[in-house]
Amino acid sequence: MASVLVFALSRASGDPRNLFLSEYTTAEQWEQWGKDYGLDKPYPIQYLTWLKGAVLMDFGKSVKEQIPATTVVRRKILPTLQLAIGAYAFAIAVGVPLGILSATKRGSNIDLIARSFALIGQASPGFWLGIMLILLFSVQLGWLPAGGREEGKSIILPAITLGWFAAAALLRLTRSAMLEVLDSEYVKLARAKGVPETMIIWKHAFRNAITVPLTFAGLFLTALLTGAVVTETVFAWPGLGRLAVQSVFGTDFPVMSAIVLFATAGYLLMNLFVDILYGILDPRIRHS
Amino acid sequence: MESTVQTPTVSSDETMGRAARYCRFFRRNPILPMIIVVLILISAIFAPWLAPHDPLIGNLRDQDRPPAWQATSPISGKEGITKYLLGTDPLGRDILSRIIWGARFSMIIAGIVIITGAVGGTILGMVAGYFGGIWDEALMRLVDLTLGVPFILVALATVVVFGSSITLVISLLILFSWSGFARQVRAETLRLRTADYVLQSLIAGASSLWIIRKHLVPGVTNTVMVIASLNIGQLILTEATLSFLGVGIPKPNPAWGSMVADGRAYINTSYWIALFPGIAIFLVSFAFNFLGDWIRDRLDPKLRQL
Repeated sequence: MASVLVFALSRASGDPRNLFLSEYTTAEQWEQWGKDYGLDKPYPIQYLTWLKGAVLMDFGKSVKEQIPATTVVRRKILPTLQLAIGAYAFAIAVGVPLGILSATKRGSNIDLIARSFALIGQASPGFWLGIMLILLFSVQLGWLPAGGREEGKSIILPAITLGWFAAAALLRLTRSAMLEVLDSEYVKLARAKGVPETMIIWKHAFRNAITVPLTFAGLFLTALLTGAVVTETVFAWPGLGRLAVQSVFGTDFPVMSAIVLFATAGYLLMNLFVDILYGILDPRIRHS
Repeated sequence: MESTVQTPTVSSDETMGRAARYCRFFRRNPILPMIIVVLILISAIFAPWLAPHDPLIGNLRDQDRPPAWQATSPISGKEGITKYLLGTDPLGRDILSRIIWGARFSMIIAGIVIITGAVGGTILGMVAGYFGGIWDEALMRLVDLTLGVPFILVALATVVVFGSSITLVISLLILFSWSGFARQVRAETLRLRTADYVLQSLIAGASSLWIIRKHLVPGVTNTVMVIASLNIGQLILTEATLSFLGVGIPKPNPAWGSMVADGRAYINTSYWIALFPGIAIFLVSFAFNFLGDWIRDRLDPKLRQL
């Protein structure tokens, strides 16, 4: 389905020949190109040709760089993957502990801080958050680089920017899951037996609440794709998202369509993976 | 994703910090978000009269002025003056006026998209839920499709083709906002269809149109209102994101997202260009999220999972 969409868009942009040939080309050259690239055939045939290319990972040459679009895209996967892992690590490292603290010390000032953190993550636009982090840590304090991917610590700010939204969501989910478990009968029984509170929190509550981050992983992916485009643009991070924006402004359609299909496929695969993993970790849902 | 999972309020007051108690008060009585929303709506409606300067035409003698309370800008050497309360951008345009006009663009787009998305999604969801069969199957596949493709990438690809325009932004946002309504309305319709009072009017010989009009539409109204109010905040953020990437509201129109993007280049010297429009986006999306949660708790608490 997504492939039809992409193809329709590529043809709606007008004859692809307009991108390559200048006004000085003769009618014969125009026809010759048409034959070479199969543009003289009807649209359904063109679509099948294009689809065959897509399946074989061949989207044609990048308009800008004159090398296969797939190669251009493949080069950018690693940086985006690094950024995504960094963001997810930040989200887990901050979201889960803060969520637990906020649930166990409910109503305290820690709870308040945690919830403000969640509020900022949910309501502020990622691009603005990134720029404000640059303002604080690069311009004012000069601790971290404002962009690029030359140094190891370059990843810190983009990862925080990208991960904040996820951390916020994770925090709220962990918090409510913990609160629910802490209110359950078996925790009350454990308390009545005189089990120490730390033991209750870690052995009973935490273990049951931890499936939450996992279910969340699927949701995180959509937000991640959007976020990566924005974050990479703000921090000049050389990944897929920035490539997507660049190919838009360079009207580089082969690259653009390769990215969309890559991303959609990756998205579906990850969702499948998460579903399977979830079934393994929580046997209860396999029956439903 | 914008769900607030609120917790049953069982904790006793003495265990709460004072700040947390204030927090709870404001959660139950959304005064602050209400004020923000009213302010934004006022500036959207009365933008031409409220804005002190023209949002598009700058005064080059006043370029790069810092906010009024700041002495001198390190780059332009100019001091802040009250004529330009929040400073000016490199073209000498007043930031405050552009924010006020930006509210108008933001609100108009959000309004059109949410109303169209809600009406369209409700109709489709109701038809699918009520008539079932092939309609239902087709609709659910379509919903899966819109949820399965990465929105921002499709938006970027579309802009390559058609060039950016306000109409395009609105169409794109509608295309991706109806599915949430359709899914929820369909589920609700499936439930209502087998309700006793609907079955009884069916036995009494009521036509489909009558049942839809008299029973189903009132039955799903609350749900639709809740989803709409929960979605507005996210919608405003998405629109701002598109504008930031340069594929939203075309320049030189004052859009909050593109104002932040302009400020990115001058962050080393003129922080105010990016700071204030961003605060506007944050406040609006915060206020609408908050009100959305509040409306949901009022109208339809069972939608908490949303």
